[in-house]
Amino acid sequence: MVVENLDRGPLTMDELARVIAGEIPVGAYVNLGIGQPTKIADYLTPEQEVVLHTENGMLGMGRRAEGDEVDADLINAGKVPVTELPGAAYFHHADSFAMMRGGHLDVCVLGAFQVSVTGDLANWHTGRREDIPAVGGAMDLAIGAKEVFVMMNLFAKDGTAKLVEACTMPLTGVGCVSRVYTDVAVFDVGSDGLRVRETFGIGFDELRDRVDVLSGLRPGLH
Amino acid sequence: MSRSQIMQSADDSVADIEDGSTVLVSGFGLAGMPVDLVDALIRQGATDLTIVANNAGNGEFGLAALLKAKRVRKVMCSFPRQADSYIFDDLYRSGQIELEVIPQGNLAERMRAAGAGIGAFFSPTAVGTPLAQGKEHRSIEGREYVLEHPIKGDYALIAAHRSDELGNLVYRKTARNFGPVMATAATTTIAQVNEVVKTGLLDPEVIVTPSIYVDRVVRVDSRSYTVQGAR
Repeated sequence: MVVENLDRGPLTMDELARVIAGEIPVGAYVNLGIGQPTKIADYLTPEQEVVLHTENGMLGMGRRAEGDEVDADLINAGKVPVTELPGAAYFHHADSFAMMRGGHLDVCVLGAFQVSVTGDLANWHTGRREDIPAVGGAMDLAIGAKEVFVMMNLFAKDGTAKLVEACTMPLTGVGCVSRVYTDVAVFDVGSDGLRVRETFGIGFDELRDRVDVLSGLRPGLH
Repeated sequence: MSRSQIMQSADDSVADIEDGSTVLVSGFGLAGMPVDLVDALIRQGATDLTIVANNAGNGEFGLAALLKAKRVRKVMCSFPRQADSYIFDDLYRSGQIELEVIPQGNLAERMRAAGAGIGAFFSPTAVGTPLAQGKEHRSIEGREYVLEHPIKGDYALIAAHRSDELGNLVYRKTARNFGPVMATAATTTIAQVNEVVKTGLLDPEVIVTPSIYVDRVVRVDSRSYTVQGAR
């Protein structure tokens, strides 16, 4: 059944970060993508014993560095200075990406332009000619981590849903997304199709009316 | 081959780099970027270069300065577009520079393969995306892969923290990034370091890049620069 949170939502990205942080498994090795997913680190608790991976060669990444802690040699994937936690480890880039590709990372959380109902992800390039393509580690993460979560607003600025039948933007990975966290709902993407897990500030019926790819779903059946 | 040489200056270290060379440049943003070697390369004047690096320069520093000096024909990198990559952006938009975008893991692994004598390898990264178009695909045990070829450099310019007189290298924190991989993948590897210690003073258990991969070492003064995002 869908959990409808009619009294809270749509969520801010910070509130959503807290929701996602709460659902990261205890003891997981996790990579948080550049941008909004970085916020999730602020809501992980010590009891979760989550170890953060950063693609530029570190496990055991701590919080953002402040003041005198800033060290130009210690940055995260977004090139922001960070701190190291006890038990941290450094390694070179080929090892860092072997951790992804080799299936050693438990979870990664990425932002997205579009996600399809079959878990295709588009998050690296708008496809517009005037935009410079820049993929970074997104494609390696998308196909490498055991679970790929997406964190995004459900609706684009023009009001169209970013959860789509088929992505129109260039793909990052095929069938790689397993869960989509948005400001108004959380979706599971499985081999048997899309399921709504939870809504925020909107009922299931209204959500279904606003999102084309949900039109066939009935709340009681999933 | 001959032992690593300790060079007297960054300029001596890069003096023989020829026009048209493929140069691997370490660094993730500015962390681990061999800024002194790149500055020396700008003074040296080699042009028509192919640069392999993670980014396409930040601000007007290091790699960005090399691009600004119009010495680079092509950049092979994973992430050219950044808040402060305006020099590359202008060159790219005006058609003055060629760009090959490579997923970061494939970029690293293609250099690792070059250094390890691997002819090519099948990677699952980028399957089904525009970056796999035109490449050979193969299904292996039910999963789809793309054939990726090694990237070999004529030169690698890398930054490490400390060297001994043999050229064994250790790095510092996330400034390690591409250095160890690039060191293996070039015909001639040149390392700038903050300190050269007597041979025997580095713990053999913690050496990251063994001297066999390193041709030249030059000590440079560490310098500070503004860290993007620092507050």
